[in-house]
Amino acid sequence: MSEQRTIAVTINGKRHEAAVPVRLTLADFLRQHLKLTGTHLGCEHGVCGACTVLFDGHSARSCLMLAVQADGHDVLTVEGIAPDANTLHPLQQAFHDHHGLQCGFCTPGILTTLIELLRDNPNPTEADIRVGISGNLCRCTGYHNIVAAALEAARRLRSAERAP
Amino acid sequence: MKPPAFSYHDPRSVADAVGLLASLDNAKLLAGGQSLMPMLNMRFVLPDHLIDLNRVEGLNTIREENGALEIGAMTRQRDIEFSDLVRERCPLMHEAIGHVGHRQTRNRGTLGGSLCHLDPAAELVAVAAALDAKLTIAGKNGTRAIDFAAFPVAYMTPALEPDELLTGASFSCWPERHGYSFVEFSRRHGDFAIVSAAALIEEDAHGKVTRASLTLGGMGLAPVRASDVERALIGETIEDKRLREICEPLRKLDAVDDIHAPASYRRQLATVLSRRALFKAHERIAEGPRA
Repeated sequence: MSEQRTIAVTINGKRHEAAVPVRLTLADFLRQHLKLTGTHLGCEHGVCGACTVLFDGHSARSCLMLAVQADGHDVLTVEGIAPDANTLHPLQQAFHDHHGLQCGFCTPGILTTLIELLRDNPNPTEADIRVGISGNLCRCTGYHNIVAAALEAARRLRSAERAP
Repeated sequence: MKPPAFSYHDPRSVADAVGLLASLDNAKLLAGGQSLMPMLNMRFVLPDHLIDLNRVEGLNTIREENGALEIGAMTRQRDIEFSDLVRERCPLMHEAIGHVGHRQTRNRGTLGGSLCHLDPAAELVAVAAALDAKLTIAGKNGTRAIDFAAFPVAYMTPALEPDELLTGASFSCWPERHGYSFVEFSRRHGDFAIVSAAALIEEDAHGKVTRASLTLGGMGLAPVRASDVERALIGETIEDKRLREICEPLRKLDAVDDIHAPASYRRQLATVLSRRALFKAHERIAEGPRA
């Protein structure tokens, strides 16, 4: 009944082709069609930031995009952050070490947001981090550990950059 | 939540978009989606047709022409934020854009989307009022220009016909040695302002104000230019006591009462934020050319 289109999207480096209803959000496409349930849905109207993915390298709320808009584009979700199945990304490791996950609901959106932030600003201040994740709500209200983890990840990424 | 069913159209040109607007009933334009998508998800709007402008060519541009910045309607707020041209020639807009939403929403949100959504507390809407923006609108009979001052016709309602779309806006640049400041009060970083103040001034060699623009956002149905204050500033030397006197009449401005703040609080904010913005603008002239 509802209008459909065939789209081709690169997600975490892998090309996916699918027929989708035109009204399907990118978030629901990831979660329901591709079973990539790492992307969480909190508010579904662009406030909480849990569904943040990188769209062509830039953070975006996947609940505020349509799957058809991703046709021909590149999406990175939280599942695509780690280098392989047995190794955590330095940012993920720092979250583990600093207990930055807490209940874990906001974590996927915060990780994707911070991947962009640390790429664009490898040496952020605490204030930069706090402003950077101001669009991500953590209802455990434990931003302290998240900020500490982000700063630690920035340090580790910088020293990895310096290493031969 | 998911959007209601609609037919989806993704034209590649302004002409095609206008053609679709003219031929389809109950169509809605989708720009960056940072306001319309929540409204669709919550079913506040129920369009039969969605016309997505994200694949339209030529609307994502920032260029300087005849002393003005011409910015295409589909220019992302992110691109405005990181544009050297905007920072150098329209520093007020650069300062204001940092208050617009969050990194994730600025990456998608557009200038045209913000101007047409026309939230009275939106920062880019206040900047358009402050800089006397001229808007270019495309329709089936060609394009027309309109002053931003005539654009808001009612609460969140732009002066657009059903078959028209905004293609860009022109912001005249102030001379290099001008002062500017954008300040706002909101409860949380990234929220719409409860009240915002945008100030621009020029001074002569003796420090007397020769030109002033003062805009208040969040007070009413659209941003308001405080033209009485702008006039009162001419010929004045900006210092604290005199600025307080000049800004005092702002306590009588019309203001809305809503869940966020009573009108009396908005008037207080308007008075205080105007003073701070004008003073900061004055200080920036004294600081000399921008680095």
